[in-house]
Amino acid sequence: MNRRKDSAYSGIPRWVVAIAAAGALFVLLPLAAMVARVNWPQFIPLVTSEASLTALGLSLRTAAASTVLCVLFGVPLALVLARGDFRGQRLLRSFVLLPLVLPPVVGGIALLYAFGRQGLLGRSLEIAGIQIAFSTTAVVLAQTFVALPFLVVSLEGALRSAGSRYEAVAATLGARPTTVLRRVTLPLVLPGLASGAVLSFARSLGEFGATLTFAGSLPGVTRTLPLEIYLQRETDADAAVALSLLLVVVAVVVVGLSYRGPAPAGSGSARSAGSAGNHGSVAP
Amino acid sequence: MRAVRRAAALLAAGTLTAALAACGPASGDGGAASGDSGAKTVTVFAAASLKAPFTALAKQFEATHPGTTVTLSFAGSSDLATQISQGAPADVFASADAKNMAKVSDASLVEGSPRDFASNVLTIAVPPGNPAAITSFADLARPGVKTVVCAAQVPCGAAAKTVEKETGTTLKPVSEESSVTDVLGKVISGEADAGLVYVTDVKTAGSKVKEIPFAESAKAVNTYPVAALRTGRNKDLAAAFIAAVTGPEGRQLLLDAGFGTP
Repeated sequence: MNRRKDSAYSGIPRWVVAIAAAGALFVLLPLAAMVARVNWPQFIPLVTSEASLTALGLSLRTAAASTVLCVLFGVPLALVLARGDFRGQRLLRSFVLLPLVLPPVVGGIALLYAFGRQGLLGRSLEIAGIQIAFSTTAVVLAQTFVALPFLVVSLEGALRSAGSRYEAVAATLGARPTTVLRRVTLPLVLPGLASGAVLSFARSLGEFGATLTFAGSLPGVTRTLPLEIYLQRETDADAAVALSLLLVVVAVVVVGLSYRGPAPAGSGSARSAGSAGNHGSVAP
Repeated sequence: MRAVRRAAALLAAGTLTAALAACGPASGDGGAASGDSGAKTVTVFAAASLKAPFTALAKQFEATHPGTTVTLSFAGSSDLATQISQGAPADVFASADAKNMAKVSDASLVEGSPRDFASNVLTIAVPPGNPAAITSFADLARPGVKTVVCAAQVPCGAAAKTVEKETGTTLKPVSEESSVTDVLGKVISGEADAGLVYVTDVKTAGSKVKEIPFAESAKAVNTYPVAALRTGRNKDLAAAFIAAVTGPEGRQLLLDAGFGTP
């Protein structure tokens, strides 16, 4: 299989490679410039200060919670969008994907008017004794709002490229929809789901605008790592740079973990990995 | 075939360079041209809280100095100080506190010495209905009151800390924002019961918030310095603008906006 891949046509024109190199440089150069500005002797004390660790811990916890919410709501959404056939489907997709292109601060304002104390649901929630304003819940809501489209897009793509042949076969063999979903569809798109979840986690980790607008900024409660960086920048550029590097490293590790696997988000491998698993689970 | 490819590569590289070049010096050329010819521009970097009085003052200045354009850039003082240290082309810097002006003058970027031209004090802003019935600074520390302040790292937060120390009141804020506008936003939206902001912010917000003045605010007065910059292109115009800021017309506009005398 490997040899076949090697001999496959890869006629990328040299000028494309040249432009690709320029594009990659455009992303890497600022990061390298930032690394060059790190105050290395002070790096460890800066990133292990109490404020930094509190912010990092909060970021990791809230991003994990947001990822769980994204999977919980994103998987059904992606299924409905990829497999469903109903009026307004395109409209629904546009709205679900909206946070991808909205400036996060707009998301924050929208969340404020929905879940804030004076908001649409906020008032009823407050009567019920649930206070979202200035709480960690607000951070998780803001992160989920901006990260959900990442999971939906990845998973919907995987579902579409996997096709519904195996599902149809399973159905003709008498499997109920829920069984088909559990035994065929989900194993088939697991790599897509995994990379979608990782992207959502990474996006949640980097969330700034919506959190600042909607949740506020209090150490240990709502001040995530990006907010801490923004604040440190006011007084201590060295600390801001050190924390930025920390966030870059965490992001690289997270994204690297998801794309290192044998099945990246690419459609072809998702299908082959899926069909392999499929034979095992349905045939008996 | 190979020749075609190479030509294409050259073409692509050429286009890219041209595109980048087009983005680059265009603005610089414009700046130089306007400096040389009759149309003169003075670029003023000013703290965000100065937006209303400086915008009005710039209009007056342009009227009294025909052929002159005042370009204003408003942002947080520390952002502006950073931009100036990184080589941003400004003629005048008006900071909301002495600390950020010191950052610029420590880098030997100030022409002469900075002059104090205004002062600002903290006040309590509450939503119009005053839902938590705040009447004093001590009320902000009452349990259950959602108070929002600036973080200690920014000038308004440092001032709040000073007042806390002077009054012996310890606030337990629900949020420590990184700018005073964020504090005001939380009060206007009704998320917070009260926020510590500047007198001038309350004036700008108009009827969207209610002010609860407190006497202890006099313990922390913020002084605003202004200075011409060494990197500026238009030294005479910069000096003239600073004279306008510190002169009677500037003082009146600043008073109208709620600022005090330095």
